[in-house]
Amino acid sequence: MSVISTISDPESLTLTVIAVLDASPERVWTLWEDPRLLERWWGPPSWPATFTRHEFVVGGESRYHMTGPDGDASRGYWQMQAIDRPNRIEFMNGLAGPDGEPMPGTPPMSGYVTLEATGPRTRMTVVSRYTDLSQMETMLGMGMAEGMTAAVDQIDGILLAPPL
Amino acid sequence: MLTYNYMVVDNPATEAELDRIFRALADVTRRDILRRALRGGESVSALSRHYSMSLPAVQKHVAVLERAALITKERRGRERIVHADGSAISKAVALLDQYEAMWIDRVDQMVAILAANEGGQP
Repeated sequence: MSVISTISDPESLTLTVIAVLDASPERVWTLWEDPRLLERWWGPPSWPATFTRHEFVVGGESRYHMTGPDGDASRGYWQMQAIDRPNRIEFMNGLAGPDGEPMPGTPPMSGYVTLEATGPRTRMTVVSRYTDLSQMETMLGMGMAEGMTAAVDQIDGILLAPPL
Repeated sequence: MLTYNYMVVDNPATEAELDRIFRALADVTRRDILRRALRGGESVSALSRHYSMSLPAVQKHVAVLERAALITKERRGRERIVHADGSAISKAVALLDQYEAMWIDRVDQMVAILAANEGGQP
């Protein structure tokens, strides 16, 4: 059983996700390190990811794109801030432009990953920290979010329209 | 043998919640009530004067928006003031909910990969 708990802190724009995975930290580590494994879980089921670059070293850069059901591509990048195998990863994740390179004017979010052995399993904690609401919206605009995004867009549309 | 079940604390928006939101927004009067509520609270009776329908009919529309959590009603004396909660905190909560749903999908996919590699890597 893989138990997940999540903590949303809207004051600090931080999301913490905790999962217990049925594998050693070393095996879970490969899901982050190996681009062929990483691309099997990073994108949502309907937006599979392809990593064309993945330098898993401090200061290393990654480039990826995700392809949507209509063939649309959304592009992003990572910058590795800290790596302590097999327990800790810190990285920045931001939007990339059509050329695949970091898009100016859109700050990246920060990701902090901790893997701890708990018996034969791994407790994985992923903390995602965002800068501001517009960054959060822009990054979701990649087409990653389903459902609620559409609802929020509807509400935004209503805000723009004048009253009857 | 791995199981794919996981427990979720702090559920993201459910399909039922989304249904309620879309149903609430599918009506022109309700969209107008929401617009007015977003621009500052009006009482239900003040709202009803904008439309050529009875007060109970407007109250019904307000109730649909309330069930979809798009508006809240505040009692002020004998009046019920309709507010739309467009605060930054509530927006942050909604956005974090979307990221949470995304991470739950990701962990689900990680679990599937680990299960498929069972017996493979150490």
